Amino acid sequence: MKMRTTILPLLFILLVGCDDIQLNNPYSDNEGKQTVLYQSFSERPKHLDPATSYSENEYAFIAQIYEPLFQYHYLKRPYQLTPLTATELPEIIYRDAQGKVLAKNTSEQDIAYTDYVINIKSDIHYQPHPALAKDANGKYIYHQLTPDQVQAYNTLSDFKEVGTRELTAGDYIQQIKRLAHPKIQSPIAEIMKNYIVGFDDFSKQVKQLKKTDITALSMAGLEIINPYQYRIRIKGKYPQFIYWLSMPFFSPMPWEADVFYEQAGLADKNITLDWYPIGTGPYLLAENNPNRRMILQKNPNFHLETYPAEGEPEDQAKGLLADAGKKLPFIDKVVFMLEKETIPYWTKFLQGYYDASGIASDSFDQAIQFTGTGGIALTESMQEKGVQLQTSVETSIFYMGFNMLDTTVGGDSERARKLRQAIAIAVDYEEYISIFRNGRGVVAQGAIPPGIFGYAEGREGNNFYSFDWQNNKAQRKKIAEAQKLMQEAGYPNGVDPTTKEPLILYFDTAAVSTDDRPTMNWYRKQFEKLGIKLVIRATDYNRFQEKMRSGNEQIFVWGWNADYPDPENFFFLLYGPNAKVKFGGENAVNYQSAEFDKLFEKMRNMDNTPERFQIIQQMQEVVRHDSPWIFGLHPKNFSLYHSWFGNLKPNLMANNRLKYTKLDIHSRTEKRKAWNYPVLMPIVIGLIIISLIALLTFYRRQMKKASK
Amino acid sequence: MIQYIIRRFLYAIPLLIGVNILTFVLFFVVNSPDDMARMQLGQKRVTEQSINNWKQQHGYNLPLLWNAEAQDQEKVTQTIFYQKSVGLFLFRFGVSDSGRNIGADIQERMWPSLALALPTLVLGLIVDISLALMMVLYRNSYIERTGLVLCVVLLSISSLFYIIGGQFIFAKVLKWVPISGYDDGFSAIKFLLLPIIIGVFSGSGSGVRWYRTLFLEEVEKDYVRTARAKGLTETQALFKHVLPNALIPILTGVVVILPLLFMGSLIMESFFSIPGLGSYTLDAINSQDFAIVRSMVFLGSVLYVFGLLLTDISYTWVDPRVRLS
Repeated sequence: MKMRTTILPLLFILLVGCDDIQLNNPYSDNEGKQTVLYQSFSERPKHLDPATSYSENEYAFIAQIYEPLFQYHYLKRPYQLTPLTATELPEIIYRDAQGKVLAKNTSEQDIAYTDYVINIKSDIHYQPHPALAKDANGKYIYHQLTPDQVQAYNTLSDFKEVGTRELTAGDYIQQIKRLAHPKIQSPIAEIMKNYIVGFDDFSKQVKQLKKTDITALSMAGLEIINPYQYRIRIKGKYPQFIYWLSMPFFSPMPWEADVFYEQAGLADKNITLDWYPIGTGPYLLAENNPNRRMILQKNPNFHLETYPAEGEPEDQAKGLLADAGKKLPFIDKVVFMLEKETIPYWTKFLQGYYDASGIASDSFDQAIQFTGTGGIALTESMQEKGVQLQTSVETSIFYMGFNMLDTTVGGDSERARKLRQAIAIAVDYEEYISIFRNGRGVVAQGAIPPGIFGYAEGREGNNFYSFDWQNNKAQRKKIAEAQKLMQEAGYPNGVDPTTKEPLILYFDTAAVSTDDRPTMNWYRKQFEKLGIKLVIRATDYNRFQEKMRSGNEQIFVWGWNADYPDPENFFFLLYGPNAKVKFGGENAVNYQSAEFDKLFEKMRNMDNTPERFQIIQQMQEVVRHDSPWIFGLHPKNFSLYHSWFGNLKPNLMANNRLKYTKLDIHSRTEKRKAWNYPVLMPIVIGLIIISLIALLTFYRRQMKKASK
Repeated sequence: MIQYIIRRFLYAIPLLIGVNILTFVLFFVVNSPDDMARMQLGQKRVTEQSINNWKQQHGYNLPLLWNAEAQDQEKVTQTIFYQKSVGLFLFRFGVSDSGRNIGADIQERMWPSLALALPTLVLGLIVDISLALMMVLYRNSYIERTGLVLCVVLLSISSLFYIIGGQFIFAKVLKWVPISGYDDGFSAIKFLLLPIIIGVFSGSGSGVRWYRTLFLEEVEKDYVRTARAKGLTETQALFKHVLPNALIPILTGVVVILPLLFMGSLIMESFFSIPGLGSYTLDAINSQDFAIVRSMVFLGSVLYVFGLLLTDISYTWVDPRVRLS
C-alpha cells in the first residue's frame, strides 16, 4: 500500500514534469545532429537493379543512388537536360551506311547511323561497397567466397570491408550490355534492339552465358575511346535517345558488382544486386527492409555537385535560388517507412512525423478548401500548422478509348466517327474531375499534357469538336449538339435502327470492386444522355488485358505516363504500326490513319522548332476529328509539405529531387513537441479513482479490524 | 506414442500433396504464365518476346501438369507442377517470381508476426477465461446479464472499428502511443501495446461467451456438486475443479492455432505497419506471384497438421485417461 501510494504520484510528476515528452514518437533512433527526412512508401519496390526497375516507387530510391549521364534541370522550365556525370551534352554525329560523317542538317532518310560521343567527369567514385573491397595486394576480398564464408553473411552490412573506385566509361558500357542480357530481363531490351547497333546480336550471343561473362565480350555499337569517353552508335536518327540516356536504365554499373553478387549462396540470403544497389549518387542504401523501412544515407564518396544558380524568373522571389552554388545534398539521411494504410499515414503527417504527404480522398476535406472564386486553398487548420501546398499537372493522360476495329464504334466511316464525337461531348469529364477526383485534374483537349512541347494553351489548344471557346475559356458543347450528331450517325435519340431499341455499347474494365460502382454508374449516365445503353463488362485484370490484346473490347479507359518530355512519347500511342492487336504495340485503340502516321513520322525526329509545333497541332486536329480517344484528363498532383521543408519545386521528370531539398530540423523539433504532448488527464483521473478505491478498501479493513 | 506421431506424419503426406495440387489448379485456372509474366514485367512496353523470355527464365515455359512431348518419367518431371512443388516437401521454398528468396523472407517476417500474435493470444486467454469465470461465479445476477449484453455488443462490431477507434483515441487524441510502426527488440513494445490491447479487446466478446459456455457445462456436473457438498466455496470449486476439467476444449481451440500464429494477422499488421507475414500471401496473390502463394499455402497446411498433432498430444497431458494409439 505504502509503495503504491509512493509510485503513483511519482509517475504522475514524471509525466507532467517532462515537457518534451513524446510518447507517440514512432522513431527510436537518435538523430543527433543529422538532418533526417522522414517519408513513407506504401508498396515494397520489386526491383532496385537499374536495368530492370521501371516504376515510380522504385525510382524514388534508385534515382538517389544511381547516376545516369544526364538529369533534368531542377528549376528551369520547360524541362531541359543538363549533364550529371557527363561533362556536357553528347556530341551527335550522323553517318551514312558506309560510316561517312554527314552534315548536321542531313535529311533523316539519309542518316544510317547516329553516334553519341559522351565524355564523363573524372574523380567520381562509387559508394563504399564490399564488391569493391581490396586487400593490401590489390586483390578483391569478396570475389571468391567459399560456401562456408557465404554462410556467415546474412545482409550486405555483414561484410566488414568496403572499397571504392573511380567511375569509368566502361561502367556505362557494362550496363548497356547488361540491358541486353536475357537473364536480366530489362523491360527496355526489346526497344533498344531497334536502336543500338549490335544489341540484338549481343543478346543472342550471351543468351546461354552467365551475367559475369559479358564484361569480356563486345557489342558492335559500343566503344570505349578512353576511360572518360565512349561512343554509342544507334541506327538511323532518334533524337529521343538522349532522354533514355538520362533514365536509370543507363546508369553505370561496375563489373565487380555482378561478379560479387553472382557468387553461389548469396542470392539465397537475398543478397543480390536487385536488392543492394551500388552507385555514385548522393545517397547509398544503408538499410533495406522493405517490410518495415528503407534508409538512404549520404554517400561519403559523393562528388562535388552544387545547387543550381539559374531557374525561372519567379524562383528568386520564392527563395529557390538562395542556396545557389552550395554543395549537395543538404539532407544527411532519408528514412522511408512502410505505411500501407492512409489513416496512420495522414495522422503521422499531422503529428509532424512525416515531412511530406499526398492527399488521400478521405483527408481531402481536412486539407483543402475551395475558395469563392473556384480556386483552392489550404484549410485553416493546415495554415495554422504552416503546411505548404504544391500542385502540378502531371505529364500523364487518362483517356477513354474506342476500339477502332469494332464494327459499331470503330473504323473511319462517317457514321462511326459522328457516334464517337457525340459520345466525346456527352462524357462530361469536368463533372468526373469534380466528383471523383476532388478537382484534382485538368480536362484534356488533346493527346499532349501541359509541360510537353507541342501543348497549346487557350483557344489554339481547344478541341472544337467537343468544346466551344466562350468568355476566354473552353465550354463543353451542349448535349443537343451531341444528339444532333447521333441523328446524323443514324441513331436518332440513341435508337439503333436495326433493333429499334436503344443502342447498346459495351464498356470493358478491370474495375470490379464495389468502390468502383459509383464510377461505372456515372459512365452509364453519361451515355444515357444520348439514349445509349452502356453495358459494363467488368472482368479481372488478366481477362481485360487479354481482351485488349485480341481486340475484343469496345470502349475502355486507359492511361499513359510520360517516359520523357517529348510529344513523340504520347503520339506513338496512336501510331498505326504500334497497333496493339496487329503488332502488339501500345496503340491500344488500334487507330490507323495514313495522314496521322505520315505527320508522326515527320514530327518524331525533328528538333523542337516552330515547324514541329505546327505539325503537332495538325496531328492534334486529325485525332480530334477522328476521335479514337475521348481526351479525358491530365491528373493534378497535390502535395503537402511541412513549413520546415525547403527548396521545393514540382518537377515531374526529375526523380532525383531529394538532393536539392533541405530541412530546418530545429523548427521541426519544436513543432513536434508542441503538437504531440500527451493528454494526461485520463491517467490522472484513473490514478485518483484507483487511490480512492484503495483508500476505501483500506478504511473498510481498518473498520472491520476495529469492530473485531 | 512415437508410432502414433509417425503415423500422423505419414498421413500428412497425401494431404499435403492434395493441398498442393488444389492450390496449383486454382491458381492456374485464374492466372496463366503469360499473365504472371505481364504482372512482373509491368504494363509499359511489354512485348511477346520479353514475356517468353520471362517464362523461360522462371521455368514457366513448361506444360502445367503433363508434358506430352517429353520421354518416360520426364512427362511428369518436366512440368511446372513437378518443378515448382517437389522442393516444398524438403522446405525449399525457392525464389519468388520477383527474385527474392522466400525462405529468407519468411524467416525475417515471422518474428514480428509472432511478437504481435503470441501476447495477444496469451493475454486474450487470461482476460477471456477470467471474465468467463467471473460471469459463471455471478451467474443469474445482473453482472452476468450485463456481461452477456456487452459480449454481444463487442462481437457484433467489426474489428476494423476497434483498430481505427483505438488509433484515433490513443494515438491521435491522447497521444500515448505511436499510431503505427515497428522496431527491433524491446523498442517494439511501444508499437505493440495498442494492437495487442485492441486484439484482446476485440476478441473478448466471442472468447468470453465461448469459455462461459464451457464453464457452465462443467459447473452443473455431479463432481462439482460433490465438491460443494464437501464444503468448498464456489470460488474454490471453480478454480480447483471446474477450470482444470474445462481445459480439454480450451486446449483444442488454442493448441491447434498455436503454429498458425506465425502466419500473422493481415488487418492488424497492415494498419499498424508491423512487418509480419500477415500480408505476405495477399500481396503475392495480388502480384500473381505463384512461388509465394504455393509456399505459404503449403506452410499453412503443414502448420495446421502440426497443430492438430500437438492438440492430440496435449490431451494426454491434460487428461491422463486419454491414450494415443
